[in-house]
Amino acid sequence: MLIEVDASSLSETKPHEYALRFLFGGTCTAIAGLIANRYGPAVGGLFLAFPAIFPAAASLIQDHEKRRKAAIGKDGSRRGKNAAALDAFGATLGCLGLIAFALVLWKFADGFPPVAILGIAFASWALIAFAAWLVRQHWPRRRRRQTHNG
Amino acid sequence: MTEILIRFLIGGLVVSAFSVCGDVLRPKSFAGLFGAAPSVALASLALTFTQRPGSYVALEGRSMVFGAIGFLTYAYVAGQLLKRSQSGALVVTVAAMPIWFGISFGCLFMFGGMN
Repeated sequence: MLIEVDASSLSETKPHEYALRFLFGGTCTAIAGLIANRYGPAVGGLFLAFPAIFPAAASLIQDHEKRRKAAIGKDGSRRGKNAAALDAFGATLGCLGLIAFALVLWKFADGFPPVAILGIAFASWALIAFAAWLVRQHWPRRRRRQTHNG
Repeated sequence: MTEILIRFLIGGLVVSAFSVCGDVLRPKSFAGLFGAAPSVALASLALTFTQRPGSYVALEGRSMVFGAIGFLTYAYVAGQLLKRSQSGALVVTVAAMPIWFGISFGCLFMFGGMN
């Protein structure tokens, strides 16, 4: 399956939806900092992986799909939820990358330059998440073929 | 107060940037990877590194592993519920949120780190 960039979807997002994401993201980052200051890094660290924007993002994806279907006179409720489910599935794989990101911080943050650590941690997220997605893309086909041949 | 405002602005920008990536990329399952991008962590840690020693960030990193395990479980369950439930995406994803709290704090209590 090819990875594509579709910039036209940017125009589907309304200004208040962009504002909502900014608000959620900003609030969660500020709250994560406050929790770390109040309860220490052990509790504060948990909130660095809080699914802050996930509910809002899932809701927006569902709404966009429903709007697309409504534009051609169809009910897109089921399709909207399936699209949100696919997004959640992608996020599950992205979480494997998030674990890699956190492991790099845990093992190397003490003693290495901050910019290097954040760069390596981010590269680890991208690499592991992408690899997990690729494996998942090929996994069912291979299994089906083996079953068919066997 | 200034620090909170800076965190808010940087966090808002970074989270929005990752969301836009998720918007423009296809297929949906690939775009979904950006739903678990370390956006809050990058914004937050960039500031934390300027104020705290590396050992503090390392401790946050250890707890973040537990948070990410909680996120993984939460996203998987939310995805399954979305496929089966009659409720809307917002209701389902908010209702599943206790999973993140349970798994994350459960791991923290089980494997230590409450110092």
